[in-house]
Amino acid sequence: MKDKSINVLKFIGLGFFEPVVRLAAGEEIKKNLTELIKKVVFPILSIFLFLILWSVGARALYNTEKNYKIETARKAGGETAVKEELARLETGQSTINSLPAPAAVWDAFKSLIADHKAISIKKETFYERVSKTNEKLVAQGKKEITYTGRPSFVDQIMTSLKTVFAGFILALFLAVPVGMVLGLSETLRSSFNWFIQIFKPVSPVVWFLLVYMIVKTLTLTYDGDVSFVISFIAVGLCAMWATLVNTTLGVSSVDNDYINVAKVLNLSVGQKVFKIILPSSFPLIFTGLRITVSVAWMVLIAIELLSQSPGLGTFVWEEFQNGANDSNAKILAAMFVIGLIGFMLDRLMFSVQKLMTFTEA
Amino acid sequence: MAHIELRNVSKSYGIGKDRIEVLRNINLTIVEGEFVAIVGFSGSGKTTLINLISGLEFPDEGEVLFKGQPVTGPSHERGVIFQNYSLLPWLSVHNNVAMAVKEKFKKWSKKQISERVKEYVGMVGLSHAIAKLPKELSGGMRQRVSVTRALSMSPDVILMDEPLSALDALTRGTLQDEILNIWNKDKKTALLITNDVDEGIYMADRIIPLRPGPRATLGPEFKIELERPRDKTELNNNDNFKQLRNSILEFLIQIGNERKSKVSKEYILPGIKPILRTRLGTRV
Repeated sequence: MKDKSINVLKFIGLGFFEPVVRLAAGEEIKKNLTELIKKVVFPILSIFLFLILWSVGARALYNTEKNYKIETARKAGGETAVKEELARLETGQSTINSLPAPAAVWDAFKSLIADHKAISIKKETFYERVSKTNEKLVAQGKKEITYTGRPSFVDQIMTSLKTVFAGFILALFLAVPVGMVLGLSETLRSSFNWFIQIFKPVSPVVWFLLVYMIVKTLTLTYDGDVSFVISFIAVGLCAMWATLVNTTLGVSSVDNDYINVAKVLNLSVGQKVFKIILPSSFPLIFTGLRITVSVAWMVLIAIELLSQSPGLGTFVWEEFQNGANDSNAKILAAMFVIGLIGFMLDRLMFSVQKLMTFTEA
Repeated sequence: MAHIELRNVSKSYGIGKDRIEVLRNINLTIVEGEFVAIVGFSGSGKTTLINLISGLEFPDEGEVLFKGQPVTGPSHERGVIFQNYSLLPWLSVHNNVAMAVKEKFKKWSKKQISERVKEYVGMVGLSHAIAKLPKELSGGMRQRVSVTRALSMSPDVILMDEPLSALDALTRGTLQDEILNIWNKDKKTALLITNDVDEGIYMADRIIPLRPGPRATLGPEFKIELERPRDKTELNNNDNFKQLRNSILEFLIQIGNERKSKVSKEYILPGIKPILRTRLGTRV
């Protein structure tokens, strides 16, 4: 029971909780206590240290800006101007937009969640009101009325996740087949190498513009969300190169021993490819896929920002343009959410990759 | 009728000035049911020889005949046991063997294939590990799976390319007995390539040394007239065995010495003396 739960923890990448489980089972108290301190307590302490440094730094930056404003006021109009400035700072007429403190970011996060709850309630009531009309419209074969209000923070997270997932699937279905074909044929490999080398380092911004040029014309009559389509295609094209290169490498460098097995067993070409070459290249392919996921998540934010698709990228940009009191805090809150989601996606791919590794290495 | 025949076979690798003639004028005849061992130095072309017989490679000169017909490629009739086992690491023991069975008996149902796999895996004593992956098996177990895979196709000939070289001495002894037991059941034709003279004498009816390359040829053959079943411990006291062993070893050592003397090059050294820097100044 205990061993099984430890195996599960290790499998999902949370192996550092092992000492906790062992301690709870009363095993080897001293050794596991030291392990616990090393693997769990120290990291938690380092998080606290980080928060303290951040707090102190934010406070210092705030004070620097505040003093600057006061000095400017003093130079402009003497002590009375200073008093006015201080009063304005109190009421919030004059704002200081420096790096927010941890507490401010936490407040911003809470307000975003509360906002999401409010919007969810609004959506529910809207759909209740409109349900009868929608039924009539559907019976007549027309489109339903949809909610066109502002999306909440959680809605935007969902859009981002959907986009990254769609982009990943696109990358998968482009890169793996092409990689396999290139891996199997030396001639094709050397013919198309220039193409891969030139397009691989292209920046996501440029990919977005390229996709925009093409997709804009193709979707003139499409009444879905064009920005979503452009986003996920651009994300897919940016992220697929890692998988493509790794698949090509994996397929072209299959161990000679396995090829000999295929020859000795007289396997047909199709069987050779799908039963021997493809499975033996799985480790490299999945390594590529893991890199693709992390690249996709990273370029997603930039691409969403440009395409104005209602996701996290747009959220960050809008907050930045807003310049409201808590905008910076909201941006930082979004940053942590982005980081956490990226971490979880990577852990997911890590578990999948482990499933596919069949050698001792 | 000769089961396997090689007539004046030569094989080279490389082109132009880097061309190396690995085997030259190989003549070999193996009769049905015979167990032949070829003993040789490392790098003398033993694997090339097996590859020519199995059909993985083709001779530059001469012919390789199987049952009187020239060999045009690999076939189920010639089962190969590789030096590196070559088990597919993503398949379990059962599926590795099943893959071979399926290629030989294409029309069989899954159940039939599974039964045959279980029968053969049982023969090498690995029934308890039938669902394991190769990475979970020891070297000896992996080699047993490799043997099973080759045998489950019921080949007419078993070709073994240094199958036991990668194992420790104790496992090697056990597996030699196991292979002999299996060979005894059907008395198939078998060719064993090995670097161990004792192993060759213990297992085979005939033992032929392969001279070291390049341009390796087969040496004189030694017939082994020891009765089967052979007992390892008793063999050490058997005069016949000792004599045979000594003659083969003498021959191999003699060839080894010849090669050394052939290989040594004459180096003409330049007539210069080193310049020495001492406390008393430079001295030439």
